[in-house]
Amino acid sequence: MVFVLRSLWVVLQHMFRKRETYRYPEEKAPLPPRWRGRIVLARDPDGGERCVACYLCAVSCPVDCIALQATEDDQGRRYPDWFRINFSRCIYCGLCEEACPTYAIQLIPDYEMSEYRRDKLVYEKEHLLIEGPGKYPHYNFYREAGVSVGVKDPGESREEEPPVDIRSLLP
Amino acid sequence: MATIWIDGVSYEADPSRNLLAVILELGFDLPYFCWHPALGSIGACRQCAITQFRGEDDHQGQVVMACMTPAAEGARVSIDHASAATLRKSVIEWLMVSHPHDCPVCDEGGECHLQDMTVMAGHTYRRSRLPKRTYISQDLGPLIGHEMNRCIQCYRCVRFYREYAGGHDLQAMGTRDRIYFGRYQDGPLESEFAGNLVEICPTGVFTDKTQARHYTRKWDLQTAPSICTHCGVGCNINPGERYGALRRVRARYHGAVNGYFLCDRGRYGYEFESSDRRIRVPLAPRGEQNQAEELSVQAAVTRVAKILTSSRRVIGVGSPRATIESNYALQRLVGADGFFHAACAEEHRSSLAALDALREGPSRSPALREIERCDAVVVLGEDLTQSAPMMALAIRQAALAIPRSVAERQGIPPWHDAAIRESVQSARGPVFLLSPAPTKLDDLATRVYRKTPRAIAAAGQAIARALDPQVPALAGDEMDRAGIEEIARALTVAERPLVVAGSGTASEAVINAAANLAWATSAAREDDRAAELAYALPWANSAGLSLLGGAPLDEALAAAERGEVDAAIILESDLDRIAGPGPAERFLGQVRHAVVLDHIAHPTAARADVVLPAATFAEGHGHLVNSEGRAQRQMAVFSPDEPIRESWRWLREAMMLAGYDEADSWTGAEAIAEAAARDHPALARLPDAQLSADFRLGGAKVARAPHRYSGRAAAKLHLNVLEPTPPRDNDSPLEFSMEGSPVLPPGKIETTFWAPGWSSPQALTRFQEEIDGPLRGGDPGVRLIEPAGEPFAYRDVALSAPSPELAPTPVVAAFGSEELSALAPGIAALAPRAFLELNPRDAASLGLADDDVVSVRARGASARLSVRLEPGRAQGTAGIPLGLEDIPVALSFAGELITGS
Repeated sequence: MVFVLRSLWVVLQHMFRKRETYRYPEEKAPLPPRWRGRIVLARDPDGGERCVACYLCAVSCPVDCIALQATEDDQGRRYPDWFRINFSRCIYCGLCEEACPTYAIQLIPDYEMSEYRRDKLVYEKEHLLIEGPGKYPHYNFYREAGVSVGVKDPGESREEEPPVDIRSLLP
Repeated sequence: MATIWIDGVSYEADPSRNLLAVILELGFDLPYFCWHPALGSIGACRQCAITQFRGEDDHQGQVVMACMTPAAEGARVSIDHASAATLRKSVIEWLMVSHPHDCPVCDEGGECHLQDMTVMAGHTYRRSRLPKRTYISQDLGPLIGHEMNRCIQCYRCVRFYREYAGGHDLQAMGTRDRIYFGRYQDGPLESEFAGNLVEICPTGVFTDKTQARHYTRKWDLQTAPSICTHCGVGCNINPGERYGALRRVRARYHGAVNGYFLCDRGRYGYEFESSDRRIRVPLAPRGEQNQAEELSVQAAVTRVAKILTSSRRVIGVGSPRATIESNYALQRLVGADGFFHAACAEEHRSSLAALDALREGPSRSPALREIERCDAVVVLGEDLTQSAPMMALAIRQAALAIPRSVAERQGIPPWHDAAIRESVQSARGPVFLLSPAPTKLDDLATRVYRKTPRAIAAAGQAIARALDPQVPALAGDEMDRAGIEEIARALTVAERPLVVAGSGTASEAVINAAANLAWATSAAREDDRAAELAYALPWANSAGLSLLGGAPLDEALAAAERGEVDAAIILESDLDRIAGPGPAERFLGQVRHAVVLDHIAHPTAARADVVLPAATFAEGHGHLVNSEGRAQRQMAVFSPDEPIRESWRWLREAMMLAGYDEADSWTGAEAIAEAAARDHPALARLPDAQLSADFRLGGAKVARAPHRYSGRAAAKLHLNVLEPTPPRDNDSPLEFSMEGSPVLPPGKIETTFWAPGWSSPQALTRFQEEIDGPLRGGDPGVRLIEPAGEPFAYRDVALSAPSPELAPTPVVAAFGSEELSALAPGIAALAPRAFLELNPRDAASLGLADDDVVSVRARGASARLSVRLEPGRAQGTAGIPLGLEDIPVALSFAGELITGS
């Protein structure tokens, strides 16, 4: 009997507490910036596609819901010809973002993706690619890499020497 | 066997090997870069450091390079000892100081030896803040990408390219830390073996450029053991598929055939598979109002069956590029009398003569790796670098057999490449070339003779006669006595002499003379052993088709001319390409109905009543017999989209509908192979070429895709949101998915070649029984042809009368002469223009100059070719390119020049 009364008392107390739930969808929960929600593909500060189609997101995905096909432009810059994420399989674990060497794939604080049809949860590149750099505003992979794809010539990055003269015989 | 101690544990080791090989063979991990089982040790990279102790009481030890230290009796070494482990870690840290931050965009990533070794040596963090050295990379043509910034200066590329493959245009340049590996200027690499640099390079300096357009990582490729279809050598390949198209081809190790390597035609010819000329649905090219019409499977099969039942005499044209199974099905359909080969008379006769010679006489046909060990070589007529490139590569190694054995007598161990090169210098063993025109093997030949095909046969016969007087004499040999005796002596004193010929001279006489020459050596030699005899046949299944029997295409054309043919079934061949557009059109007009089964659209298909889409080598199962007489199994790499299927399955469906009960029993790839083996005693061992479909490992099949295959839940979802189940494979022990037995399968059906810590092609040492030996559990394939031994009768070398005109000799181009690979854009870009090659004196006597245009004609086919003068060409021969720019094959073998008016 004492236990029942004590439980009732606890419940009564809660009536005067601040509400923990939100009146979703009218009212939205504030999300931390690192919330792992919808996946996007970001662009580098120059506006080029950041994704170099290295397949590391696809291989790190524990539910195999990322598929893409790499291709390259005339200057040898790699990019995904198509990029598909099946959000009906995605578990929002963020391993793809951790694996991404170019900060291209990012999980953002957006979870409002419900659909009535499963096929609408299959996102193609045009649904994923955003206009800005997302969380890492200054990084540009091709400025750091050794390959020249029209972003910089060999030796032009901060940490590179000018190209060697192979005809030089100087010691 | 010697006893050695590794980290205090004793092991048995072969003392003729170096410690690195022994350590790898025992299953230890030890990083290395410059060592390669085919190239030997030079001790350049300083990566395979181990500590060697003087005795049991020595705990200090000294650091040695494992690859340069013999596995001598009583050797005590440590892999884990701190001094060696620290050195290995520091060496790789230095190598990585200038290595670019490229892995995400590097095609080597995921199968990079440098990545593996960095992890293995324990280098995890770049401490250096020095700026990185950079290079300007080169454009090395349409096949190979170049990114010098990734180089770690191990020298493997130039060692393979120059010393192993005999190339000239790749070199190490510069001094100190500026060493550069490249050409003197931009341009395509000239060697036919340049593609191997992609696998030889431990990092991503040389990459596969054809793959870059549709790049896929190794872990995403579906693979199955397959056989190259671009020449008769039968190299083993690992084609990789993703999203229903081939992505690349890599060499598949075979201990007896191709070893570690592949020629560029085999490596880059695969893109024909996704060519826009692929036939993907059944067609009626001459449907309603002569408009091409797509047919359903049912409609197509019904039409073919109707043609079969309504025609009085049906003939079949079998194909030397189709499998045994497809040719056999066609032969059963049309009967032995109605079965013809899609090959012109000369090529057909050469193939048959070669097979007869291998079966009747005492000479054995050597596998490629056996050719490498031959120590005296005579090549009659064939330009091997172009027609069978891997055989030429083997002969390059054979030329080193004697100089190497001299070095070994000086006490140099066979693996010590640096010392052997010093000892060998430019010495080469006896290699004699008799050919109508210059070849790329000329640079290593002891003696080169330029002769017409007729004179080559006569010379071969004369040398045979010098060895054995019972060889019948021939008039018309123009070879000097000293030359004849030099070759005869070389064949007599050699340990393993070898005679090579091929169908490239368009002369059956050369094939027979080569056989007589090889057989005659047994009479002159003390050990009574006949020389080995290797033939280079043009197509992947030339030998297999010849074993089935049949008449040449010309006879089919003649039969149609006589009105004896009502319907023709044409299997995987373009008659226009062989006989010329004129005769082919005439033939298809004379037969009332024609059915074409092929994977590539061509003019012959456009004139057929029904065209059925056949599977390529990557899409179907089947057997091929290579020039050596080895039957090898191709396994489907992926399951093609409906309704593409193997030709024999199409034939079976039509035959069942038309009332051929026999076809009922061909329920699968193995059932039809067994039926072929029952019907043809020569093919009796065909089913032994691979493991059978009921092979299981712990109750499971073997997966074609690696366990980390990605994207299954997204790849095909744009078509249907329901994820499809993978197709079943009832014809082989492999499964079309990543789900399979977790147990390591036998090497012959291994698909992934991936070992813990080893993801690059260097992982291969984990899959060999011993380094350089057969694959674990034995190599696949079975030899169908063994020599009959004594007694034998010399073959009749019937020389054609010397023609007043120039003797036509085919000029084979490694890139362009073979029909399928020529459809790959990379190969097509390197294919030469068509030409007519003449000796300047012949040209002068005909009043022709460079670039004059001449008509060439044969058997109703003709072409106009521009003259190219080649002083090195034998007088009396006209070189006509084989298959370039749609020149009919008949012209290359029998073309006559139309000169004058």
